[in-house]
Amino acid sequence: MDLLYKIFLDPFVQMGAAPDLLVQTLWEGLVAGVLYALIALGYVLIYKASGVFNFAQGIMVVFAALTLVGVAARLRQWGVAPGDVAAYGALVLTALVMLGLAWGVERVMLRPLVNQPEIILFMATFGLTYFLIGFGELLFGGEPKVMITDDLHLPRGALEFKMLGGFVSLQKIDVAAAVIASIMVAALALFFQKTRIGRALRAVADSHKAALSVGISLEQIWVTVWFAAGIVALATGIMWGARSDVSFALQTLALKALPVLILGGFTSIPGAIVGGVIIGVGEKLGEFYWGPLLGSGIESWLAYVIALVFLLFRPQGLFGEKIIERI
Amino acid sequence: MLYREAGQFKTTYGADQSVFPIRQDRIGIAIILLVAFVLVPLLASSFVLSAVFIPVLVFSLAAIGLNLLTGYAGQVSLGTGAFMGVGAYTCYKLTTYLPQANIIVLILASGLGSAAIGTVFGLPSLRIKGFYLAVATLAAQFFLSWSFVRIPWLYNYNVSGAIEVPTRTMLGVAVTGPNATPLTRYLVVLSIVTLMTWVASNLLRGRIGRTWMAVRDMDIAAELIGIRLYSAKLLAFAVSSFYCGVAGAIMVFLWFGAAEADSFNIDQSFLILFMVIVGGLGSLIGSFFGAIFIWGLPIVLRAAPEFFGLTIRAATVEHLQFMIVGALIIFFLIAEPAGLARLWQIGKQKLRVWPFPY
Amino acid sequence: MTAGRGAGAHEALLSVEGVSLAFGGVKALTDVSFDVRKGEIRAIIGPNGAGKTSMLNVINGFYRPQDGRITFKGRTRSAMRPYEAARGGIARTFQNVALFRGMSALDNIMAGRTLKMHRGFFWQLIRFGPALAEEVEHRRKVEEIIDFLEIPQIRKTPVGRLPYGLQKRVELGRALAMEPDLLLLDEPMAGMNLEEKEDMSRYIIDANNHLGTTIALIEHDMGVVMDLSDRVVVLEYGRKIADGTPDEVKADHKVVAAYLGVPH
Repeated sequence: MDLLYKIFLDPFVQMGAAPDLLVQTLWEGLVAGVLYALIALGYVLIYKASGVFNFAQGIMVVFAALTLVGVAARLRQWGVAPGDVAAYGALVLTALVMLGLAWGVERVMLRPLVNQPEIILFMATFGLTYFLIGFGELLFGGEPKVMITDDLHLPRGALEFKMLGGFVSLQKIDVAAAVIASIMVAALALFFQKTRIGRALRAVADSHKAALSVGISLEQIWVTVWFAAGIVALATGIMWGARSDVSFALQTLALKALPVLILGGFTSIPGAIVGGVIIGVGEKLGEFYWGPLLGSGIESWLAYVIALVFLLFRPQGLFGEKIIERI
Repeated sequence: MLYREAGQFKTTYGADQSVFPIRQDRIGIAIILLVAFVLVPLLASSFVLSAVFIPVLVFSLAAIGLNLLTGYAGQVSLGTGAFMGVGAYTCYKLTTYLPQANIIVLILASGLGSAAIGTVFGLPSLRIKGFYLAVATLAAQFFLSWSFVRIPWLYNYNVSGAIEVPTRTMLGVAVTGPNATPLTRYLVVLSIVTLMTWVASNLLRGRIGRTWMAVRDMDIAAELIGIRLYSAKLLAFAVSSFYCGVAGAIMVFLWFGAAEADSFNIDQSFLILFMVIVGGLGSLIGSFFGAIFIWGLPIVLRAAPEFFGLTIRAATVEHLQFMIVGALIIFFLIAEPAGLARLWQIGKQKLRVWPFPY
Repeated sequence: MTAGRGAGAHEALLSVEGVSLAFGGVKALTDVSFDVRKGEIRAIIGPNGAGKTSMLNVINGFYRPQDGRITFKGRTRSAMRPYEAARGGIARTFQNVALFRGMSALDNIMAGRTLKMHRGFFWQLIRFGPALAEEVEHRRKVEEIIDFLEIPQIRKTPVGRLPYGLQKRVELGRALAMEPDLLLLDEPMAGMNLEEKEDMSRYIIDANNHLGTTIALIEHDMGVVMDLSDRVVVLEYGRKIADGTPDEVKADHKVVAAYLGVPH
């Protein structure tokens, strides 16, 4: 009886007792959700356009962030004048690096594996992940780095609101992240729906063979989309890195994007945001209000269990297409 | 020319369906067993036993477990590490409660604990397929990893959170614990792994193996020939977790001698998955190949610079390891998605016609 | 070739009544009723998209009809389940050969014996003794089927490597291994040349004559249909438009119109 009270009633009582804390928690959840969604977006882009589940998206985020910081540091070292010029220069150069990476991945990994079953491509991205981990550590070293937030002119500090009997504090960088993410999502969604290249991308995701037979250049498409995912990864890396340092631990955090994808579907761009927010908010609420019941650290698995429960009722996710198997 | 079956006729179906129907294979396996049980103990140093042979055997067993589930039954699983952990902790609790019982019996019994948990986490497999199931197994992995730390009862309320293996003897010889020699431990591990490999091959050659492969290849058709999908999948989860659980128990009791929750995290799951991919999905012998390869590669890489007279920092070697493993996985998937096992089959094929090219 | 002596007892092994099936807005079947008598060879024909495969899928339990009933061996239900169909004695082949690609031809056909193999899990673990004896016993039966279908030389070949015609034969073998009472064949002759068709026809007739298997088949080759079947049911756009002996159906002007189109 007492247990039932603790699980089903008490947390809500607590929520009501300190509504400003509730809002704060919801906000934190939203922010986490937006960041998960950004990573998920990278997965969706690549999956939507090449049918590949890019397990390496997480490490691409880390790699992009590390490259940015590293190049910016180099540029400053070589005396390329003020910090922010170096920062934006590094931004451009990093984008080029991601383009190079996209080209490399297409050439070495995707082209030889054209037409192979999805699971093979998925496992190949495992290999890519490990390769990039080693390569990244080799180039940049394993210690955490600080993101060049100031040089990029990203806002610092917090907005404080007095509400609901207490304080709610929103970090400005989080607001910026939410805004940037929303813009990216909208832009990408439009791109896929309205443009010729977007259509071609969707065709490729459906069937490599068929797309080839209509004359779509798979190579160009793939480089384009992996580059786009690389840019998303860069943005994600900047946002994540601005909140906490850039380290390889981020890579495992990227696995959290999987529950997001399950909720939002693997091929839906708006789904990534919706899924991300649900997971982020669910996780934060769960951890804050129910966590003390079970002991700390439940955020390590809560997202997955949420996704699992969801899958049991709707195996194709919120936005995914229902798979009808024909025989 | 060496590897010809010509002249080897089978007069019974039973003979045709045996594990090694070809005489050369039988000789081969006899040699391997001879080397493993006799020559290695005689010739290998304690260090090599502890650092190479025992680990490879442990991982081979875990790889077989994963292979049964993913390679044969087609259910993708990323929870291998966690199931190994369940086996290890079960064994630890069993030795705490039954200090007089034979340790090998307890190790095998702990597989049952793992099988039970594995079956529970396999329940979603009726509704969820393929890739989504993999994510569901991640839920198992992370939840179990968390509980290894959060349930102090598991590690007997030890302050450090780690478990230490108690000494257990058999026939007067220390088998586990600080007094057990590498040789003893090696022989015990070898025996368990050999036995369980034989059992796995029995399962796979019969009705159950065919059922699993049918579920893997086309589950709709499997249903229509009368296979109950749900029981087949749950059985796969149960048996696979059994194998992983025993592997986990052996890992802690006969190799490390101690363990902490971190030994059974997601990285362990990935490690075993790589072994299965590189070795060959759906191949028992591939499990061994994969374990040897993935375990042996870093050893070779660490030794190589010295061998060539170069000095490279240890950290760099580790980075290079990651890069090479990653690149090799991609290479394998391009060149031979069916892994080392397939290369082995091709090699045998070439031996059949050698010295002719085809 | 003469048709099999067919309907011995005029007793319906299977009957479908008022079956309707729709996918979203697409109506695959509308109010279809017919029966299949024990021991006969029943052909289901019709132009593309008529719903023939959907009909088989309903009988098999793969699709659940929105309306109608299925009576098999005296038991009536609103929908079959695949496992029940298999256990009840219904076996089937598919248009796009649904073989287990990772296994050899022998293993595929042995898989068809699954329902008849009872040795439990623990015997399977050690194999020696009862499990092995059971394997050998069923292997014997499977070898009979392999001989019957004249495919001994490919028994160990992984089916993915076999040419299409042989794959279809292996699939037939797997279905026959179930020793079914009702065999559903979905375009067994598709993609075959004349010789292969004659072979396949021979197998079908033999299965019907010697094993007493009732057969329902979908086929496009009219010659085959006319020669092999005892009775024919014709579907068009999901509805039944004719039902009778091959000669009756051939003469039916509705059927002719369906296939050839009505002149405007």
